[in-house]
Amino acid sequence: MTESILTVANLNANIEGQQVVEAVSFDMLPVGVTALLGRNGVGKTSTLRAIMGLIERTGEVSIAGERVDREPTHRIVQRGVGYVPEDREVFASLTVAENLRLAERDSTPNRALIEELFPDLIDRAGQQAGTLSGGQQQMVSLARALVNDNKLLLVDEPTKGLAPLIVMDVARALERAAQSVPVLLVEQNLQVVRMLAQKAIVLEGGRVVYDGSAEELLGDEALTKELLGVA
Amino acid sequence: MSTIILLLITGLGLGALYFLVASGLSLIYGLMGVLNFAHGSFLTLGAFAGWELARRLGGESWGTLIASMLLGMVVGALVAAATEFLLIRRLYNRHIEQVLVTVGLALATVALFEGIWGTDPIYVSAPAWLAQTTEILGARVPNDRFLLIGAAVLVLIGIVAFLRFTRFGLVIRAGVENRSMVTALGIDVRKAFTVVFAIGGAAAGLGGVLASHYFGYVSPQLGGSLLIFAFIVTVIGGLGSLAGAAIASVIVAILQQFANYFLGGTGDLMVVLLLAVVLLVRPTGILGKKA
Repeated sequence: MTESILTVANLNANIEGQQVVEAVSFDMLPVGVTALLGRNGVGKTSTLRAIMGLIERTGEVSIAGERVDREPTHRIVQRGVGYVPEDREVFASLTVAENLRLAERDSTPNRALIEELFPDLIDRAGQQAGTLSGGQQQMVSLARALVNDNKLLLVDEPTKGLAPLIVMDVARALERAAQSVPVLLVEQNLQVVRMLAQKAIVLEGGRVVYDGSAEELLGDEALTKELLGVA
Repeated sequence: MSTIILLLITGLGLGALYFLVASGLSLIYGLMGVLNFAHGSFLTLGAFAGWELARRLGGESWGTLIASMLLGMVVGALVAAATEFLLIRRLYNRHIEQVLVTVGLALATVALFEGIWGTDPIYVSAPAWLAQTTEILGARVPNDRFLLIGAAVLVLIGIVAFLRFTRFGLVIRAGVENRSMVTALGIDVRKAFTVVFAIGGAAAGLGGVLASHYFGYVSPQLGGSLLIFAFIVTVIGGLGSLAGAAIASVIVAILQQFANYFLGGTGDLMVVLLLAVVLLVRPTGILGKKA
């Protein structure tokens, strides 16, 4: 049996006293893309943030079989977890090069991969990240995660608010990244999910209500409508 | 004309002193969101450390002055780093507790300093040149103002270079913008917190030694009296902005000097009015970020 890269057991999380994740449990395969889906506000982003330790949480989180739920965020990342947050969160006053340099965790960053995936960023190395377009900022956010060798990538709504052409660029970059690292992807764009994900986990009311094949879920129009509210 | 020149240069000297205190306050608030009411204690302790060294070595030599400035910086940095490590680190994001602890520390340290060095001002000696004046366009400017301005410029250049060209500086600049994202890149931002406290403490310690030469004495209340204006400067400049603190230091000090001279000693009142106007018109300060 293949060992999970990420195990979440009975995860609960609160933001300012309000429960946003309730008893979420799932395992994630160590290959490919697993999509974390659900209607707006069901706790997808909060689940990622809880796994990262960015919000108050209880329950178990294990990465490659090792418990990390008592560790601070920076230690979890140092174990080989790349995180691409919702809304990009690039450092607007820093240059593109400084954003990337800040993210480099060891002495041998994957600069060649970044140059291959995002050649535009290399041309804009000296530009302040805050002056980039939304799509370019998303490239910076993805590049910050991909510049390191990771065991796991957590990617939160990478195509949100982007033009269709850029959405495909981002999807292709994730597809390329997923060849070498498993990705847990929160995504509203089902076309992107269809393109990338092998497995899907659906949350409702902060709980897991579906954990199985992405193809089967998205191939079943009635189930998709029932769980995600869209077809 | 000579009066204007004199007021401008003495204003710059006083502004330099404000900047040495405000730079640390601003960086600490910008990165950690901590309003450090104990910052004046770092200044006072730096001043006393400098004076203790000077009285042992003989305060009239330049070597002693430089050594006392360096000692003030080291003492300020060490005490500030220890304060962060032992007290503040446990209280991040607990703003009320931070205020209580830093206010308590400020009060306790003043009492401690009074216990050790007494309540009376202790007059300091300095190289003879500092007590003399230099004539510029007819104005006879006290030489100690040049020392203050030079030191503040060097500190500003040093901090800017540190922030711009070092890894810690990069972490601090990023942390001022988005602390949680820095941790989400695998960086232990707490180390940067300690470094920023140490930098702020060093600038305050240096400011303490220079303030003792500006005022001519050192006393347990030295830090507290400057801290009020440093906070005003920090708010006017924009919390978290080093450049804002530098600009506001100069504006506040020059306004204070001119109002004191031309408007019958109303310098402090004018500074408070300026603060009120800035808060009404531009609540984020001159170069502060929008919330």
